[in-house]
Amino acid sequence: MRWKKAIPGVDQALLVKDAAKLMPDPMRRQFLRGAASVGALAFLTGCDIIDGDTAESVLRKVSDFNDGAQAAIFSRTKLAPTYKESDITRPFPFNAYYSLAEAPMVDGASYKLEVAGLVDNKTPWTLDALHALPEVSQITRHVCVEGWSAIGSWQGARLSDFLRRIGADTRARYIWFKCAEGYTNTIDMASALHPQTQMSFKFDNKPLPRAYGFPMKIRIPTKLGYKNPKYVVAMEVTNTDKGGYWEDQGYNWFGGS
Amino acid sequence: MTAAAPATMPRIAIHPGWVRVCHWINAVAILVMVGSGWQIYDASPLFDFTFPRQIALGNWLAGAIMWHFAAMWVLVVNGLVYLALGFATGRFRRKLVPVRPRELAADIKAALTFRLAHEDLAHYNAVQKLLYIGVILCGVVIVLSGLGIWKPVQFQELTALFDGYDTARYVHFFAMAAIVAFLVVHVSLALIVPKSLRAMITGR
Repeated sequence: MRWKKAIPGVDQALLVKDAAKLMPDPMRRQFLRGAASVGALAFLTGCDIIDGDTAESVLRKVSDFNDGAQAAIFSRTKLAPTYKESDITRPFPFNAYYSLAEAPMVDGASYKLEVAGLVDNKTPWTLDALHALPEVSQITRHVCVEGWSAIGSWQGARLSDFLRRIGADTRARYIWFKCAEGYTNTIDMASALHPQTQMSFKFDNKPLPRAYGFPMKIRIPTKLGYKNPKYVVAMEVTNTDKGGYWEDQGYNWFGGS
Repeated sequence: MTAAAPATMPRIAIHPGWVRVCHWINAVAILVMVGSGWQIYDASPLFDFTFPRQIALGNWLAGAIMWHFAAMWVLVVNGLVYLALGFATGRFRRKLVPVRPRELAADIKAALTFRLAHEDLAHYNAVQKLLYIGVILCGVVIVLSGLGIWKPVQFQELTALFDGYDTARYVHFFAMAAIVAFLVVHVSLALIVPKSLRAMITGR
């Protein structure tokens, strides 16, 4: 089927092209300038009736409003659809703003997950300790903000179980994740406590490969791909929204699906 | 009842105020949705083509998404008001139905030979009726498929109605294509018959 070609695979040239496409040009950060649609939109964009910065700030406010709308739509109990083993997309695409060759290489033996913020026990977790947590499994659809989707199989621990184990204050508003390459992500507590939100250590019942986020990915099937951080090295339970790599550049904060 | 009055009477508007307001709000919302939708499409094309960035709105994916999910509210709220008033006032019943096959065949033939009459703008010919019903249905389909793509978990029943996430994207695309095709015809005809454009602005 033709659409499958649109999914970026592990092909290097495709990856670089994809990453370049996603990278915002600093000179083009204002979403309006030079963007006239169907000619008729020129009156919105080409002239000075609506200043570019004003329109962008209005759009950002609507995006904030949409965060609230999505939080209201979000159900704590509604599960993402699950699929059969035969539905898994193979090869499951690697996707990032860098190529696979540039992806973080985390040493599992010396790895320690740092836990910070509003938690009782801040002792860092070794991989062995994390792997000893009760395992859950899911075959769900990963939906990218770009539009493509792929079905994958993840195994690991429920994030909600882990949060209770470390004595996290689950009345806090956010969980902030930090990744080995510097990627960051903030998610809302309701999504963190969703039964399918998982600290994934395996893909397709095999140890998580580097492409998919070794040693740990946060799998959230109720959120878009950019809200599913890979190579996670630290998490913080907090009431402060610390933003995220893509969110700070304009992607919607809630990113729910 | 204004409905029974002859539309040629100068004091009676061809299009009531609510139709004109809804029409122009919808026009802006549709242009923003289509323009930003093209930019979003380009991030992961369904076919072997992309839309030129000069005619796509939002500059890059994040900007396009901001536009798309802002204009979404305008499109949906305005669309619901239009549909509610269209049914409540009886305008749909009076103007859009029935579409008789015999009239349709005759009007298509007349349209293709450029002999379709436009003396009475208050009366829609069979081709107009069919196109207006069609584009309203496309509007319903594009909003529902869009919601299914936006929320494949929270609105998963809706996504399933479109045979899943991937098919919903195609449905959304083809509904856009149908609306753009309608727009080309609709705008061309409005320019060929300028009094129809005037009627949608001033009501007369």
